[in-house]
Amino acid sequence: MVTYLIRRLIGAVIMLLIVSMATFAIFFLVPQIAGATPEGMASRYVGRTASAEDAKIAADRLGFNDPLVVQYGRFIKGIVAGAEFDYGPGVEQCPPPCLGYSFITRQPVWPDLLDRLPVTLSLAVGAAVLWLIIGLSTGVISALRRGSVFDRAAMTLALAGVSLPIFFTGLISLLVFSYGNPFAVFAQGGHYTPITENPGEWAYNLILPWITLAFLFAAQYARLTRAGMLETMGEDYIRTARAKGLIERTVVVKHGMRGALTPIVTIFGLDFGLLVGGAVLTESTYSLPGLGKYAIDAITNNDLPKVMGVTLLSAFFVVFANLIVDLLYAVVDPRVRLS
Amino acid sequence: MTAPVDVSGKAEQASPDGAGRKAVQGRSLTQIAWGRLKRDYVALAGAVVVLLLIFIAIFAPLIVNLWGQDPLQFNQDQIDSGTLMPKGDYGGISSDHLFGLEPLNGRDLFSRVVYGARISLLIAFLATILSVVIGTVLGMIAGFFGGWVDTLISRAMDVFLAFPLLVFAIAIAGIIPDQAFGLTGDTLRVALLVFIIGFFNWPYIGRIVRGQTLSLREREFVDAARSLGARTPYIIFRELLPNLMAPILVYSTLLIPSNILFEAALSFLGVGVRPPTPTWGGMLSDAVRFYTAPHFAVFPGLAIFVTVLAFNLFGDGLRDAFDPRSRR
Repeated sequence: MVTYLIRRLIGAVIMLLIVSMATFAIFFLVPQIAGATPEGMASRYVGRTASAEDAKIAADRLGFNDPLVVQYGRFIKGIVAGAEFDYGPGVEQCPPPCLGYSFITRQPVWPDLLDRLPVTLSLAVGAAVLWLIIGLSTGVISALRRGSVFDRAAMTLALAGVSLPIFFTGLISLLVFSYGNPFAVFAQGGHYTPITENPGEWAYNLILPWITLAFLFAAQYARLTRAGMLETMGEDYIRTARAKGLIERTVVVKHGMRGALTPIVTIFGLDFGLLVGGAVLTESTYSLPGLGKYAIDAITNNDLPKVMGVTLLSAFFVVFANLIVDLLYAVVDPRVRLS
Repeated sequence: MTAPVDVSGKAEQASPDGAGRKAVQGRSLTQIAWGRLKRDYVALAGAVVVLLLIFIAIFAPLIVNLWGQDPLQFNQDQIDSGTLMPKGDYGGISSDHLFGLEPLNGRDLFSRVVYGARISLLIAFLATILSVVIGTVLGMIAGFFGGWVDTLISRAMDVFLAFPLLVFAIAIAGIIPDQAFGLTGDTLRVALLVFIIGFFNWPYIGRIVRGQTLSLREREFVDAARSLGARTPYIIFRELLPNLMAPILVYSTLLIPSNILFEAALSFLGVGVRPPTPTWGGMLSDAVRFYTAPHFAVFPGLAIFVTVLAFNLFGDGLRDAFDPRSRR
């Protein structure tokens, strides 16, 4: 188990390194490939009104002329130990973890991210609870009663669910339940109250996004669970369990579901990590001030360091979620530890 | 003199030998799959809708000529200057404007939805082709050669699958200037989106191809070909690839709807193909501001839904037809 743990940890660190390289490449290499000069990139930092001379000096001082390896090293050092941006007229401090420094707002990105994280986290946790309960139970029941009316209805609904983009269902839900006259019962988008301030209002503002997001994922999970259950219930060890005279309930819950649901744990870890790293579409649809909305607003304002911050943070969440899932998996399924 | 030999064909057909041959006549996998698919009416309906949508996308200018207006033309005379809404009832739906008018600018919604199919399908198809090419090549290399090559490619696939895709895609799509790689305007955006969507999705195909190659590699017909002196390229292209066509076909059909959703999401977020070129996602993003005009959200949204659903139905049917184990 210890060897397994260490191997997984090393894997996660390597993954973080690769992701940091990819992020670095997107924000420093891709613009150059697309034709941006070091001066052009530095001008983002000193402002568009700066003279060409100033931009040149800034490019030098910010190190845009250094070899890529040196630039990448500085980028990593910034994340671990903090960074200083000396752009000529002044020096900006960016304490660790420096995931970016916005030269438009003259603020490090990290405190902003910490501000936005609770919103995204609230959205993700609430929706995850809903979709796990609905998706898994629907999938299991559908598989056990294959071909029944329930199965057909649930699978039709699930197919519709995976074919509907969230920004459409979200918009319709707002039209009907927030702005539509007869049923305007839920909060209109754009509001968020911290749970510490008023739990009731917190839930009231999030209930519509929760349901919409959960519907999408519940549809996927119902399909996955049903397929997994059908496969597992056809296995030999299920027949063995029945032959031993176990009651059906034990066969389904202890033998069937355990086998069918373990792969879903992996998928859930990934999905949840991705969601915490920015539920971009849901947050834009409902104007929730979370990480995803932060990134999208930053793209619109061409405030790239903010986007970089979200990218790094979301990559971290995905890697972290993967690690947790791997460890959980090893606990649930002993075969994993041996291979 | 022995018994007379009957040389007429009739007798030979009637002989037990001939009848036996007819009974065990071999059917290829494709024939079997087609036989199953023919009986799956839901999948066939999906296929018909898919064909119809491709037809609409190709002949968009013709269709718009017949039943719509120029998708870029403003009709501000039909917009109420106070509310910014179309003057007529139900968003201005009339025989001139089948889906009504866009609020604010008054562009014809029907034409924009029809033209939106072009961008959507074009990007989804090209991105799928890109994914399939990368995924098949790398998947086959990994599965066939094994060893450290396999380890490297498999790890790369894990890395790609664990990437925060949407955020990365937004970052790349947002960072590229309006002029790059010698391309501008819609061409650049389409090429960019195809690259982003296609490049990030190849591991889905890659994994399946790798797994299939791994099991096919050990089969007798490969040994037979090798013992007859076939070289590696021959085995890869003439022995393995034909056997991989079915799974590749099935999973690329299932990749198209997810690519359509991906493109729509990027357009919705404002990093897709730029306005005024009509895209379904872009229209939905405009619709957010005009929540009093439901028709504005409903038509492009339904267009996405119908397209994705049709591809999903057809893809599911295709998978069931080729893989009897997954029968519903």
